[in-house]
Amino acid sequence: MLPKNVKKRASLLTIFLSFSILAIFLILKSLNNNILYFKSPTEIKNSEDINFAKKIRIGGMVKKDTLRVSRSEILFIITDYKNEIKISYSGTVPNLFSEEKGVVAEGKLQDKNFFIADRILAKHDENYMPPELKDKIKKNVK
Amino acid sequence: MLNLLNNTIVFKWIDKLINFINSIFFVFLLAALSFALIFSPPDYLQSETVRIMYVHVPSAWIGLAAFSVIALLSILNFIFKMKYSNLITKSIAPLGLMFTCLAIVTGSIWAQPTWGTWWAWDARLTSMVILALFYILFIISNKMILEDDKANKVSSIIAIIGFINIPVIKYSVEWWNTLHQPASIKFLQSNSIHSSMMIPLLLMFLALLLYCALIFLMKYKTEIIKIKKKNLKRL
Repeated sequence: MLPKNVKKRASLLTIFLSFSILAIFLILKSLNNNILYFKSPTEIKNSEDINFAKKIRIGGMVKKDTLRVSRSEILFIITDYKNEIKISYSGTVPNLFSEEKGVVAEGKLQDKNFFIADRILAKHDENYMPPELKDKIKKNVK
Repeated sequence: MLNLLNNTIVFKWIDKLINFINSIFFVFLLAALSFALIFSPPDYLQSETVRIMYVHVPSAWIGLAAFSVIALLSILNFIFKMKYSNLITKSIAPLGLMFTCLAIVTGSIWAQPTWGTWWAWDARLTSMVILALFYILFIISNKMILEDDKANKVSSIIAIIGFINIPVIKYSVEWWNTLHQPASIKFLQSNSIHSSMMIPLLLMFLALLLYCALIFLMKYKTEIIKIKKKNLKRL
């Protein structure tokens, strides 16, 4: 058997650790809304108290065939495949920004369906593959 | 256990190990780098930028692994009062800090062209910064507190508290919406990274691990020498 003082220290540590895990869990839970880097269109639709003056971020996929680039602005729709929001933006976009790719827009909501962005970030997904393979997959899909 | 950790035989073995790793490290690094920088294909979407990943991902792994080792040793140290385990944790900490910072810096360089920003305060990036802060706290507490026993105790407590951060980092991309992408390499599931990129990634990881082992052994050796010197003075 273990000596008494070793047991004592072990139980002290266990209690200490479980309490600090609980504390951190509670802190993270209460901060949940602030930890979320962006909100999805569905979350925007369901939330009741939206501050239209405050800057927020909206994330999702750029919907297929909705990207319109004109001289003064870029228009597109962010979708999470349930709800969608129209985005208007003027400025430069990152390399990876394109249709059917992840995107995060930073700016202000005008109403629940229209958003004016002043910054666009591209969200990369976790898939890594060489270009030849991508072409093959595309062919197979067609 | 104590004999295993601090012993003249171990001391000799350290020298032999250092020589052995020295002889294979540069060849290995060259092979891994040529796979990562030349032979591996560019990504279908981000093209050549993907090569930063071959440094970024192994660095992040090592940063996390090193802190886990420090924390586990600190727990053992706290419970069983293992006399010399703090020599090991002291030797690992600077390495872990370096690789954590390397992961943050390479990630930032990668993020600028891909995401369109150097930095974002999302959960993954923020928790990595917290990890770096814990490393700094750990190292400072070891350097600033002059009494060995007290330094040992304070730094182990810091490591144990910091340990809670490790699963938070790992699962941050699943628990919350983050700008950072989820893990491509998963346990028990198929990977979402193609094998032609997986192999250079693993090679780079091994090369950096060898580097870690090398630096760790050198540092551990000096720590043992320091202890021996101290005991001599006492005599």
